[in-house]
Formats: sequence, structure tokens, C-alpha cells
Amino acid sequence: MSNLNVQLSSMMLDNPIIPASGTFGFGYEFKDFYDINILGSMVLKSITKSARFGNDTPRIAECKSGMLNAIGLQNPGIEAFLEDEVLKINKIFKKKIIASVAGFSEEEYVYVAKKFNDIEIVGMLEINISCPNIKKEEGKFFSSEKNIYSLCREIRKVVKKPFFIKLSPNTENVISVAKAAEDAGANGITACNTYFGMAIDPRNGKVVVSTKKAGFSGPAIKPLTVRLVYEIFENVKVPIMGSGGISNSDDVIEFMYAGATATQIGSQNLINPTVCKEIISDLPKKIKKYNIKSLKDIIGKSHY
Amino acid sequence: MKSQVVLKIKSNIKLAKNIFLMKIFGYIENLPVPGQFINIKIENFFLRRPFSICNFKEDTISIIYKIVGKGTKSLSKMKPNKSLNVLYPLGNGFDLNDVEKRGKIILVGGGVGIPPLYFLAKELKKLKINFEVVLGFTTYEESFFVKEFLDISKLHVASIDGKIGKKGLVTDILKEISHDYYFTCGPLAMLKAVHKIGKEGQLSLEERMGCGFGACMGCSLRTSTKVKRVCAEGPIFKSSEVVF
Repeated sequence: MSNLNVQLSSMMLDNPIIPASGTFGFGYEFKDFYDINILGSMVLKSITKSARFGNDTPRIAECKSGMLNAIGLQNPGIEAFLEDEVLKINKIFKKKIIASVAGFSEEEYVYVAKKFNDIEIVGMLEINISCPNIKKEEGKFFSSEKNIYSLCREIRKVVKKPFFIKLSPNTENVISVAKAAEDAGANGITACNTYFGMAIDPRNGKVVVSTKKAGFSGPAIKPLTVRLVYEIFENVKVPIMGSGGISNSDDVIEFMYAGATATQIGSQNLINPTVCKEIISDLPKKIKKYNIKSLKDIIGKSHY
Repeated sequence: MKSQVVLKIKSNIKLAKNIFLMKIFGYIENLPVPGQFINIKIENFFLRRPFSICNFKEDTISIIYKIVGKGTKSLSKMKPNKSLNVLYPLGNGFDLNDVEKRGKIILVGGGVGIPPLYFLAKELKKLKINFEVVLGFTTYEESFFVKEFLDISKLHVASIDGKIGKKGLVTDILKEISHDYYFTCGPLAMLKAVHKIGKEGQLSLEERMGCGFGACMGCSLRTSTKVKRVCAEGPIFKSSEVVF
């Protein structure tokens, strides 16, 4: 056993480095840059029942220390994903992946989630209840503990694999939503999705992104999300995947001390496509330097 | 095959008002083709900046860029020998299959959409394909590469201020000269006009990008067949699939 391996629910990972949904395409976009089989796993782009174009462009904006995106769940839909993309992923990735599920109603989530039951390469699911880039009335359903409890109960009934719930940081009740998901049978929590943000061009006063409000990610959000992971860890027993502004091995170690069992790397993949590879090769040196015997020993250690 | 490399600035000179030519060199393993682009990391800016390749020779890639914001302003101040982290070659080049059977070919470029057409013109010359070029500029002060194109092609120029070439738009010239097939790159309004009045051809499109290699889906657009990413399935699109 390597001193980087971690047990994430049912998945034994070689290391806790997992590209985050929406920042890694369907994996093969990165195969020219490095052998992606070194990753712990990967979370693919969220899949909905039907194909979606997403929002109008421009749906990307740059900010200091981060970026805004308003992709809006562009994806080919579950049927096309299972027919075309899974074959392509199977050819280049030999480990289990984490499939991301999104939707606009409880029925849609359950419908899509169930479809992954017999797909071998899918090790577990991440239920994305937190895309900030959908219309307000579509999105607000999932900020209620009651609705999340019900959603997780329904998913639990039909889904055989473990599933994580990816939380939104944009609600006041993040902790109680996490607890509701755990109580209803979720196997873990991903904390968190992007933060609501906006950019305006000072030269003309125009809002840069077509949807106006968009999801903010990048190094700037790291302390905000470390705090959330720390608090969620105090309130739930299920494992946490920490995701927010990670760009190097120190950030990974920080998230694990706060309570993350594994970490997701997001927007950094877009500007440095080899960042995950660099972190994986740097981690053994870092833990040696910090006198950490095995990475799994530090999970939540800052609490004790 | 895409890669991330560190290249060095060979030169970075002003060509016209707000327009610069930058040559970067180093070990170029994967040879670019006309129409492809590179994505440069500029210090203190989060996202990379995409630039189409204007020329490629042995170990040197040339780009021509306009100062449009803080990122390109910062790029314009960089001195030779400075290292740059570059992703390349990105996107797909112009499709030159059967180009010899396309009949009379015309290249239509506007402003900073002109650079990839220079790389294309050199390639067509190498393939011994006849072609004509139409370039459009807003003003004389912003014009560039006129001599370079004159050296390798039959050239028509239009400018809005009328101080270089014919006063007017590239499409005014395009209407007057016969053609069977076009390759074009330039501002959206120009592309729309070329698409409307031109026969058949290929267009190089632009959209705000997050990554430049297909991961973020920021630059998607609807085509007549399906949704495509400008950076990954584009930036070159056939006129038959472009929906304006």
C-alpha cells in the first residue's frame, strides 16, 4: 500500500486526487498531456436526462485569482453518454470513475442515477444539487433540507452504488443540508460547488457573463471552502470530498486536515492541464517533509 | 498531439496601432497547421489567452495580437528571452483536403482575424494552389502585413477610413471578384457578411474560452448538425454548418 492511498466509501483510491466535474470534460481531453490513469479517480461532466446546450455565451469570465463560469450543464444526455462516451472513456481509463448526475426534478435525478447501476466503469455517483447556473425557480428546490432528504431517499431506493451529494455553498443551511443527505442514505458529501459571483466590464458597465450571475471558482475560494469542509466534518460521519480552489499539494493536505478524505481539483485543470499529475508527484515529497506517515492519517486531524 | 511547453520570446514588435507581432521559439515537437492556435499563460492573469498562429518556421511560432485588455497590454510589454508557458497546437486547422478541386479560392481577412490566413496563404503557396486575398482594416494606422501578403499573393485591400486600399468593407470587394471557395477569419459582423454573400467555404470562429482544449465547454456553439466547442471541434467551421 502506498502512503497516498485513501478509502473513499467503496473505492480504494491510489491517491486522493480527483478532477472535479465540469473541469475535466469526459477525461480524454487530457490524454495528450499525461496518462490520466495516475489519478485517484475522476468526476465527469454532469449528465441530465436530455441533451442540453447550456447557457448562451459568453459563459466564461476572468477574475483576480479565479474565474466565473455559467456553462449551465451542457451535456449530451444520459442515453448518448452511455452509448458514446462510456466506450471512449473505457479505452483510456482503467480505474473506476465517479459519474455526476444533475436534473431539474426529483424524478429526473432518480431516472438518470438509476441508469448507472450496471455501468461497470462507474464506481460511484456524485449528485450535483448545486449547479449555480440554472434558473432561480429551477434551482431553489435543492436548498431545502426537506427536499434533499426526500431526493436522497428516492435515490437510495434505486441506486446500488454509493453516492455523494455535491453541496452548494450559496445557502445558509449548508450544514443541515449535509446532515439531511446523510440521514437519508447518502454515502458522502462533496463540499462544495462554486460561489455565486458576477463581473462587470468597467469600460462599458456591461455584465460580462450572459447569465449575469455565475459560479466563481479558483484559488480565491479556498479559505471559504476549507471552513465549510471543517464544519461539515464536525457534523457528519460520512466521508467528504473537498473541492474549492486547490492548486497544489499543500492545498490538498490542508483540505485533508480539515476533514476531506479525498480532494477535487477544479478550475486549475483548465489553466494548467497537468496540475493533477504535478500534485500526485509532489505529494510523497511533501508528506515526507511534514513527517506525515500516511496521508489517510491526517483526515480531519485539525479537529483533534 | 497537444502539449504544454515553455518557449521563449524571440521578438515582440509593434506592427501598427495597438497591434504587435510576437515570435516565440523553442523545441517545437508537434507541428502546427494553419488555423490552429496557442494558449499563453500570462503572469498575474488567471485564464490563458488564445492566439491563432500566424506563421511557423522550424523552431519559431509567430502570433499577431491586438491590445484589447489588460492581458494583451501586459503581453505587449514583454521583452525578448522571457519564458512563456504555452499550450499548443490547439484546435483544428483549415481542411485542405481536395483544396485543388475547389476552383477559384479566396482568403478574406479582417483586422486581427488576418494572421491565421497568412499561415494558410503560405501553405497554399507551398501546395501550388492559386488564390487571391482580400484584407480589411478599420484605419490605415491599424493596417499590417500588406507587404507580406503582396509578396505571396494577388492582394485586394479595403479600409473604412479609405486611407489604404479601397474605401469600404472587404465584402464590397468580395462582391466584385468571382470565387468558388473562401477561407475567412475576422470580426463577427464581417464573418456574417462573408457567409451571406460568399459561396462555399470555411470560417474561423471565435468565442470566449476557459481552457482552449475542450475541458470546460465554455466556448460551445450550435451548428446545423450538433453542438460543437470552438476550441476542440473548431475553430474552423464549414460554411454549411455555421448558423448565424
